[in-house]
Amino acid sequence: MMISIASGKGGTGKTLVTTNLAASIGGVDLVDCDVEEPNSYLFFPDLEEMESSDCTVAIPLIDEERCTRCGRCSDFCAYNALAVFPQQVLLFQELCHGCGGCALLCPEGAISEGTRAVGKIHRARSGGLRLLWGELFVGEPMATPLIRSVKAEAKGDLVLIDSPPGTACPVIEAVRGSDFCLLVTEPTPFGLYDLSIAVQVVRGLDIPCGVVVNRSGIGDRGVYDYCERESIPILLEIPMMREIAELTSRGVLFSSVMTEWQEKFVHLLEEIEEVAR
Amino acid sequence: MKQLVVISGKGGTGKTTMAASLASLARGEMVVADCDVDAPDLHLLLQPQVRETIDFLGLQAAVIDPGKCTNCGECEKACRFDAISDFAVDPAACEGCRVCTIVCPSEAVTMVDRLSGHAFVSDTRFGTMVHAELLPGEEASGKLVAMVRELASKAAEKEDKELVIIDGSPGIGCPVIASITGTDLALVMTEPSISGVHDLERILAVTKHFGVEALVAVNKHDLNPDMTEEIGVLCRGLGVDLVGRLPFDPGVVGAMVQGKTLVEVEGPVGDAIREVWSRIRMKL
Repeated sequence: MMISIASGKGGTGKTLVTTNLAASIGGVDLVDCDVEEPNSYLFFPDLEEMESSDCTVAIPLIDEERCTRCGRCSDFCAYNALAVFPQQVLLFQELCHGCGGCALLCPEGAISEGTRAVGKIHRARSGGLRLLWGELFVGEPMATPLIRSVKAEAKGDLVLIDSPPGTACPVIEAVRGSDFCLLVTEPTPFGLYDLSIAVQVVRGLDIPCGVVVNRSGIGDRGVYDYCERESIPILLEIPMMREIAELTSRGVLFSSVMTEWQEKFVHLLEEIEEVAR
Repeated sequence: MKQLVVISGKGGTGKTTMAASLASLARGEMVVADCDVDAPDLHLLLQPQVRETIDFLGLQAAVIDPGKCTNCGECEKACRFDAISDFAVDPAACEGCRVCTIVCPSEAVTMVDRLSGHAFVSDTRFGTMVHAELLPGEEASGKLVAMVRELASKAAEKEDKELVIIDGSPGIGCPVIASITGTDLALVMTEPSISGVHDLERILAVTKHFGVEALVAVNKHDLNPDMTEEIGVLCRGLGVDLVGRLPFDPGVVGAMVQGKTLVEVEGPVGDAIREVWSRIRMKL
């Protein structure tokens, strides 16, 4: 079973929920797909067997000897990643999506494919947990190939995906194919607005969803009214408590100190299994 | 005309509340742009009255005509984005590259424009606001950010305003890069937590990479004074000015619920933001 944890709005507690849920259940694959700002591993200081490899994407390699500067490659490229000049062909590699179209089209066979690294995939263990996370290189715009690669390595019976914030392509890539999506929000107007967009995204992908309300007790009733109206179950509420905020700020899993929460997270998984079925 | 962008790395560190408050302090002198196009919230504080709506066409998508398709499967083999299965295109996965159109032997694939969102030019109590909505699940958010920024610059020029304030998105990827390139100053919001520090380091590497000067403000600084101190050390080491420390104040959410910026209500956070604004003015 694959459960994704997403939010729309940033900073609502995706990583908080993912890490505490993983540690409370044990024996899962925790996959951090927020490759722009991966933070899950920071909450597991006892990482073992850590190893890393590059995530590469395809890019065209142009044989300047064979190239006749006909311009078909740059005309075709939907991403404006190729520019043909009288003397040479320029590749703007950050813009290339690696579709392979230019190599297919080149009438001279002057384009072959190479690769370039856009980030790292890290793997480690912490107790019974397997941690996987991607780390996008600074200056790289495209997160999706790295998210796809990190996700592909998850093999456990239970996989938890920590999604990036927002509702655009990186989020789609992270939550696509999951059996359930847990949407973490806060009971404020910002939390509500972004939750409502996130719900449209997961519904569009046909993924059943439920809500975790983090920092409950602040704000207003908007999120609760919305969930009732839309028949979206609220599976857990985590109250606004200074102790939780302080533990989390230091990189401590709050459920490891406030141990009564471990049971609540185990119960959360049971509820998810119930709804997903 | 100067462009100031508010960004963060980590989400939920107060970008939008800060950008709205700065817009309030600079009222009448600026145009504000919400470039967090896939989770925009600025409109909840600024209550814009839309005066112009512009369609945003993102990447094209492939469509297979079942009448012409011979089920040969060449397109599925060639697609690098796993967007084709059972001789149909999943528009959510299609990146519009058109490779399927060149491998199809029976011309069954065509590309269609798709409406991926809207941009808006609006009036607010502080001045013109440009904002957008990306339709749920659509791609090309960087392209939409570029469109919002262009509309904002044009509006500023036309109205003779000296400043564009940009509310950015979290992260370091495509929409963030599209928000910061070519700006004059980035105000980076962070919070005193292990995640906040980690993400701050990465976003400051990004601003440096693109040659944008950065200032840092710490939100909820008193939640973890040691970590705030660590952020100060990090900033000094990188030669970046720490221009603001905003205290934790439960009243902040109350202002949000009322749809007000923090400088329109009484409170310690509003005072801290005025200080940040005066530091920004000196820089600009």
